[in-house]
Amino acid sequence: FKFSRVDTELLDELEMELIQSDLGIELTNEIIGEIKKRKISDMQELRDFLFDFFKSILDGLDYKLRLYDNRLNVVIFIGVNGTGKTSTVGKFAYYLKNLGYFPIIAAADTFRAAAIDQIKRWGERVGVDVVAQKEGADPGAVVFNAIEAAKARNKDVLLVDTAGRMHTKSNLVEELKKIEKIVEKTLGYPPSENLVVIDATLGQNVVRQVEIFHNAVNLTGAVLTKLDGTAKGGVIFNVIKRFNIPVKLVTIGEELDDLKPFDPNEFVESFIPEVKI
Amino acid sequence: MFENLTSRLQEIFRKLRGKGKLTEKDIEEALREVRQALLEADAHYKVVKELLNNVKTKALQEDVLKSVTPAEQIIRILYYELLNILGGEKVDLNLGDKKPGIILVVGLQGSGKTTTCAKLAYRLSQEQRRVLLVGADTFRPAAGKQLQILGEKIKVPVYIDGSNPFEIIDGALKVAREKFSDVMIVDTTGRLHIDEEMMNELSELNKRYHPSEILLVVDGMTGQDAVNIAEKFNEKLPLTGVILTKMDGDARGGAALSVKAITGKPIKFIGVGEKIEDLEYFYPDRLASRILGM
Ligand SMILES: Nc1nc2c(ncn2[C@@H]2O[C@H](COP(=O)(O)OP(=O)(O)OP(=O)(O)O)[C@@H](O)[C@H]2O)c(=O)[nH]1
Ligand SMILES: Nc1nc2c(ncn2[C@@H]2O[C@H](COP(=O)(O)OP(=O)(O)OP(=O)(O)O)[C@@H](O)[C@H]2O)c(=O)[nH]1
Ligand SMILES: [K+]
Ligand SMILES: [Mg+2]
Ligand SMILES: [Mg+2]
Repeated sequence: FKFSRVDTELLDELEMELIQSDLGIELTNEIIGEIKKRKISDMQELRDFLFDFFKSILDGLDYKLRLYDNRLNVVIFIGVNGTGKTSTVGKFAYYLKNLGYFPIIAAADTFRAAAIDQIKRWGERVGVDVVAQKEGADPGAVVFNAIEAAKARNKDVLLVDTAGRMHTKSNLVEELKKIEKIVEKTLGYPPSENLVVIDATLGQNVVRQVEIFHNAVNLTGAVLTKLDGTAKGGVIFNVIKRFNIPVKLVTIGEELDDLKPFDPNEFVESFIPEVKI
Repeated sequence: MFENLTSRLQEIFRKLRGKGKLTEKDIEEALREVRQALLEADAHYKVVKELLNNVKTKALQEDVLKSVTPAEQIIRILYYELLNILGGEKVDLNLGDKKPGIILVVGLQGSGKTTTCAKLAYRLSQEQRRVLLVGADTFRPAAGKQLQILGEKIKVPVYIDGSNPFEIIDGALKVAREKFSDVMIVDTTGRLHIDEEMMNELSELNKRYHPSEILLVVDGMTGQDAVNIAEKFNEKLPLTGVILTKMDGDARGGAALSVKAITGKPIKFIGVGEKIEDLEYFYPDRLASRILGM
């Protein structure tokens, strides 16, 4: 970004950058429109405006994980196919362990080939128990079993790895509701977190995904994965704006420790084009 | 698939048709709306820009404003430009003339490579070809197991022995020769296009085994980054085609438009579900008509 003042050429370039960050045309138009309306002319002013604009979308939400003391917390990971649910469960189990929690994992993806083996490997890798049944078993039954096991083994967080599912397949979306109900019925309270796992590489389609999953189960947060790639995950601003769902975690690679809490300021900074004068 | 884009374009065309005689401003306004619709569908910024520039130039050349049915003419120009971007005819697999032919399947993490390998194996074995599935992903937990389970389901042999892709493919080649296999389908580890070391590994694989097909698997729901990804893979490897997966959701087709435009490589198949038979040929003309609701 090599501009010294705000002019039409710069605005064209800025529009391109914003669209390429997957912010979507609506939000991009809003930003460009606002810059014109406010007659922003100087680069510092532009930078401040962009920072405040993005920050105001993120403001007012609680980005901290919601885990309660003295009870079994259930955290369910939900999302379309291949976004990174299973590996996030593995990394998150490791993260929680390091914080002093006692996590346990439910292998509730009984559908995809070798999904159970995959999560079991993660369990071994991070030293966390995985409760599993056979391929094809009822995911609800797996979760029920895992709750019993968690209680018997004095665990405090149960991580539920669910099968990837298209939001457009209503029977599969219904299945999520069933899992949530089983938790509520067995424990007498709902999951502490229902986290939708969003792949930063995906585009505007994510808004529909979140909308439909959120209608089915009460999403309490999102995980933004694969931020180590070149995609910025701008669609998350659209998601937050529309559904007020905070991002709780991000992942930045495939190793054990490639998971960290979401930092709104850092994220906003990554959306401000660098200005070289 | 693409209903969203189609219905938005339909609305734009309906307005345009309703006007009868068109002014230059009408056309500009319509094309501006088409741009919005395409961008909202995740088509890449640059691809959209070029597409619309071409449409404008053609519209001028053809004197659209003087035509009796200017709206129809604009839509027709748009159709051909879309078709131009998507590619003309459907393109089949090339299994090469040596046996076994090698199909190398590459792409980002989680894009659908392993599933697609099994789907391709199923399709080819239905066509009476002898297929060997080769699991050369030694990184993802249980990647080999995943391919084995899929292979069992479709009764196609799977080879996964070895500690790195070269060792595995060398071993698989021996088995393929013993079994008189027609084709080996090689599943690889998911990797980022910016991971230098992992990308170099792919170009080594290409140099050593000369696959007759190198297929890039791209998640059909990918946003603007589809272009970056395809560009980088295409730079590093002589891709022969692209497979777009997860087109059974409501992906809006932007990735389809962008990937072909940027790499010039044909989209050969689309994945339309998790089941083994959920792989379809890609017909550019049908898609272009469908997008425009024709
Ligand atoms: N580069 C990178 N790769 C990741 C990240 N998170 C996950 N992956 C990779 O993405 C691929 C898919 O991850 P999974 O955890 O299996 O995804 P999933 O959502 O469980 O997939 P399904 O269960 O099939 O829907 C794997 O190869 C992971 O190693 C990340 O933050 N960065
Ligand atoms: N709905 C749908 N799901 C698909 C399609 N193709 C693949 N999948 C799913 O996408 C997820 C990832 O597929 P994989 O085949 O494991 O992807 P991969 O590229 O091999 O992943 P890595 O090896 O981790 O890089 C799985 O849940 C698949 O079932 C498709 O066309 N439609
Ligand atoms: K990134
Ligand atoms: Mg999984
Ligand atoms: Mg794989």
